[in-house]
Amino acid sequence: MSGSAPVARLSGVGLRYGATHALAEVSVEIPAGRMAGLIGPDGVGKSSLLALIAGARSVQEGRVEVLGGDIADPAHRARVCPRIAYMPQGLGRNLYPTLSVFENIDFFARLFGQAEAERRTRIGELLAATGLAPFAERAAGHLSGGMKQKLGLCCALIHDPDLLILDEPTTGVDPLSRRQFWELIGRIRAGRPGLSVMVATAYMEEAARFDWLLAMDAGRVLATGGPAELQRQTGANSLEAVFIALLPEEKRRAHKPVHIPPRPPGEAETAIEAKGLTRRFGDFVAVDHVDFRIERGEIFGFIGSNGCGKTTTMKMLTGLLPATEGQARLFGHEVDANDLQTRRRVGYMSQSFSLYSELTVRQNLVLHAKLFQLPAADIAGRVEEMARRFELTGLMDALPGTLPLGQRQRLSLAVAMIHGPDMLILDEPTSGVDPVARDSFWQSLADLSRQDRVTIFISTHFMNEAARCDRVALMHAGRVLVIGSAAELMAARGAATLEDAFIGYLEDATKETGTAESAALAPIADPPAPTPRSPGWFNPRRMFSYSRREALELRRDPIRLTLALLGSVILMLVMGFGVSLDVQNLTFAVLDHDQTTMSSDYALNIAGSPYFIDRSPLRDYADLDRRMRDGELALAIELPPHFARDVERGDPVSVGAWIDGAMPMRAETVKAYMEAIHAQWLARKEAQMPGGTPPAGLFNLEIRYRYNPDVVSIVAMVPAMLPLLLLLIPAMLTALSVVREKELGSIINFYVTPVTRLEFLLGKQLPYIILAMVNFLLLFLLAVLLFGVPMKGGFLTLAFGALLYVTCATAIGLLISIFMNSQIAAIFGTAILSIIPAIQFSGMIDPVSSLQGMGRLIGEVYPTTHFLDISRGTFSKALYFHDLYGSFWPLAATIPVLLGVCVFFLNKQER
Amino acid sequence: MNPANIFNLGIKELRSLARDPIMMVLIVYAFTFSVYIAATALPETLNRAPIAIVDEDQSPLSLRIDSAFYPPYFTPPAMIGIPEMDSRMDAGRDTFALDIPPDFQRDVLAGRAPTIQLNVDATRMSQAFTGSGYIQSIVTGEVASFAQRYRAVSRLPVDLALRARFNPNLNQSWFGGVMQIIDAITMLSIVLTGAALIREREHGTIEHLLVMPVTPFEIMVSKIWAMALVVLTVSAVSLIVVVQGLLAVPIEGSVPLFLAGAALQLFATTAMGILLATLARSMPQFGLLLMLVLLPLQLLSGASTPRESMPVAIQYMMQAAPNTHFVILAQAILYRGAGFAVVWPQFLALALIGTGLFLWAQTRFRSTIATMA
Repeated sequence: MSGSAPVARLSGVGLRYGATHALAEVSVEIPAGRMAGLIGPDGVGKSSLLALIAGARSVQEGRVEVLGGDIADPAHRARVCPRIAYMPQGLGRNLYPTLSVFENIDFFARLFGQAEAERRTRIGELLAATGLAPFAERAAGHLSGGMKQKLGLCCALIHDPDLLILDEPTTGVDPLSRRQFWELIGRIRAGRPGLSVMVATAYMEEAARFDWLLAMDAGRVLATGGPAELQRQTGANSLEAVFIALLPEEKRRAHKPVHIPPRPPGEAETAIEAKGLTRRFGDFVAVDHVDFRIERGEIFGFIGSNGCGKTTTMKMLTGLLPATEGQARLFGHEVDANDLQTRRRVGYMSQSFSLYSELTVRQNLVLHAKLFQLPAADIAGRVEEMARRFELTGLMDALPGTLPLGQRQRLSLAVAMIHGPDMLILDEPTSGVDPVARDSFWQSLADLSRQDRVTIFISTHFMNEAARCDRVALMHAGRVLVIGSAAELMAARGAATLEDAFIGYLEDATKETGTAESAALAPIADPPAPTPRSPGWFNPRRMFSYSRREALELRRDPIRLTLALLGSVILMLVMGFGVSLDVQNLTFAVLDHDQTTMSSDYALNIAGSPYFIDRSPLRDYADLDRRMRDGELALAIELPPHFARDVERGDPVSVGAWIDGAMPMRAETVKAYMEAIHAQWLARKEAQMPGGTPPAGLFNLEIRYRYNPDVVSIVAMVPAMLPLLLLLIPAMLTALSVVREKELGSIINFYVTPVTRLEFLLGKQLPYIILAMVNFLLLFLLAVLLFGVPMKGGFLTLAFGALLYVTCATAIGLLISIFMNSQIAAIFGTAILSIIPAIQFSGMIDPVSSLQGMGRLIGEVYPTTHFLDISRGTFSKALYFHDLYGSFWPLAATIPVLLGVCVFFLNKQER
Repeated sequence: MNPANIFNLGIKELRSLARDPIMMVLIVYAFTFSVYIAATALPETLNRAPIAIVDEDQSPLSLRIDSAFYPPYFTPPAMIGIPEMDSRMDAGRDTFALDIPPDFQRDVLAGRAPTIQLNVDATRMSQAFTGSGYIQSIVTGEVASFAQRYRAVSRLPVDLALRARFNPNLNQSWFGGVMQIIDAITMLSIVLTGAALIREREHGTIEHLLVMPVTPFEIMVSKIWAMALVVLTVSAVSLIVVVQGLLAVPIEGSVPLFLAGAALQLFATTAMGILLATLARSMPQFGLLLMLVLLPLQLLSGASTPRESMPVAIQYMMQAAPNTHFVILAQAILYRGAGFAVVWPQFLALALIGTGLFLWAQTRFRSTIATMA
């Protein structure tokens, strides 16, 4: 198979993000069955090329053929998707941090539709082969970087791919883990000779071991061929030199080998000092009694495996984390989180990119210059200088999010150095940066150290960088194993290179602690017979894989789970007691110009009603005006002079009543009450008058309040709360569950695995439907037991309605999530698109038939309207399914419509 | 404290927001379309109330009653038979069903005081009360004027001149529009500040700020002023263009005074947003907390139902919520034309609540720094 048809053939491929060309006119054939490497500076389109081949990104221009077909053709893509495995850039970016190692692999296995028995064997074998077996139950988020990459590999290999695509798999991984990783790949390839592997890498010594290389620059292919062949072509003696030789003239000229003059001997002024520095997180000791002393102007390297405590130590030095024990001193002052003066002398660059991705490169630089209070006049010059030094000049108006890793790292450095600090604390600053840029960066570090006597504390995974430091400290499991110059360490171990010395120290240390990470690696066995690969448009196993994962994540986040369940209960309690449509306790006052028995009788008549509360009488019109304006009075009554006399005589009299109309609903009620009270008073007066008729009227109006004879607000409100609460929380949960994957990157698994849109959506929805139904039961019990709302109709009818309704609610959340890219927008969008229609347009307060305009239209189709009818019908009206089918079918019809729209708009590829 | 830092960080917040087009669209939607739709959808208190009549009499009097119900207060009545009455009400098609008994006219004229039955769907509380009052007075009026032609009816000439102040026609959209803006102000300010802080934490940028000569106080104040400015601007535009312009709501009081009140409200709600963000560990948790806070704020503040009808305990509890005071001052200023002399207690309350929330948030912010970095 190897050597025959290429595994991928690209012709005239172009790709642009907005105005920038990531790829232009790329035409190349990648040989099958080989280990093909992509090398090139940062931002030349390596990742874009891999994403295109993996099908994660849609093809814009040209033709990409993968495994014998056009990847842009959906049918072919669905067919070959199960044969491709893709591991994106970034440590564990497509993994789920709260899931355990086993659960992560299991999730992928299910996505590929594997049956129980097959999954168990495969996962067992992969875990044994990668040495992850002892950590099967550990959460992926707690793994070291190297282990995360191994886990990523397990997830990629679970379905026996024919093409394995790895995007910088060893960036940010320590040398020991890196060596193990490549050994693992070697053994896998030995076991499966047909496997084609494509790797992008920043490590030239790794690339030197590949079968075939593709060198790229500025979105174009520079050269292809085996490493030896490339060396022959360029006449260079190392691949690093090849790489530089291949670069275009102007870039090559900028490159000079790093020259670090020896440190001038002199007085040993201490810049950084740590004594017994310790940090614990619960039971876990991250940093264990670390001691070191760094002199001013020294370049001090920090090396060690991932997760050994380097970052924690650095954070304690910057004051980001308080030390549990021990002391850290900068320039002789103890580190104090509130000491702003010291902060000004320190530049810090954290491991993960932590600049504002919404600000342009220039805006980021200027912001930091301002925050460090550089004089306003110097800022522009300083920013230009930094841009020149870190080769950012052409990128000043780009957004960092669109830049590749290497350029972002350079920006982070420029930001860390913008204020010309006396000390730099750099946490893996060169991870993912290409060799040329790394060299120029080191040259500037050397200049800073030697000329400006800036102290540099740097951690790195590159051994050639560590060798350039004046001294290095080797850290493992929270302890510093050894400190010394590179030469001293190599001599002490009798090793030829620093890397060998490093691995030697580490292997000794791991033996002591007994963590057999590298021991007992089982060989890769013959894979079990693969499941028939039927892509199909719907496979319940793939769907449940997403459901299971979602449910597991929910279980691992007890706060979210509790909030989701108890939140609605709390809301129901607060609102059930609080929201009342009864209008009572209305305040009123009287302006009595008459001051007779009859006028006070009229006032007493109002005060005697249960709805009104008497306030001190009004003195004059000004008083009336003032007290109505500040909202003290809901009603003001004016009784005219000679009121009693005129009434006695039968002369026409008019009683004035002013109602506060600021709140129309309340005003209407006041009006109705007042009219009734007035009529009552008149009737009584008529009866008392000589010869008056008894108050019996012409007819009687008998009002029967149906369904709620006592007219209790709670009985009306609680069944209306149910639809509201069952909408808001489930919609919010589902909306965030999808957008979160987009924002944090794991959405890539949906792009590159055979899972279909419908499976993805339903899979995500299912756990939240179940959660919402539990919620429904809780709310129902609350309504019946605590609020004492009688359940007159059919419970099953209500429950079935609730099931349909929460399915709609979660589908609304999905729909919102499809159009939103940030979690903030998802939260805000869900809030405005659910709260307002549910409260205002769905008949909670005013029936839909009384609404008008757009609100009416929204109310007619919004699912809350129909469930509100079901809820009120079953609770208060003693109705059953056959009475309410008119409300059921719109709900049932909404579900496929919503899901259909979701499926239509959901992208199965990044655009 | 360094004012330049506060200014620069705030500008950063504004730039970040400008980069999120969907967010901008949502903000514009919330303050324009959403306000407009909600205000115009709200019926006059009794608008097109669905009514059905069972006329078993079919006399001139009963026909006169039948024709007395018409829009806008009521839908044209559905003339139905007794058997349909229950089923229509069950299905929620009518709020009211009036049953005029056989021989109604004859009994009225004979002075036998016959009984008309009015069935009310009491689950629709808001219409049930006002509507029955209206129906009672309509039927009484019709019967009385009909009967006067045939019978002497003594009446006292005492008239009740009812006038609604501040909103003479009791136009609901006057109320709905402004209350909608208040809800949007609260929602947006909490979401913007809270979510912006959590986003900084999830993306690690807060860590970067904390190693610079910037204090938590400066970070908080910068978020508060920037987001408050955005919300204040859009609400001012919304008030003037949508409420005064499109909805033609006459505003009695001073708009600047209202905006000053809104600024204080924003101080309190943005601080609340930061507080929620320090309580939540992730965006989904924040989303849930938001719902938990937002709904009671909106429903219990007096913006949707009158405060004085709520249980006393709730009324006291809601004194601690900024919205309660904001709703009071908004109604007083915008509808009743109240000046500062009238609403200063609300200003004071908002300032105190805002300061309290701010200090609490600052304490939380400091103590959670370790977990943020």
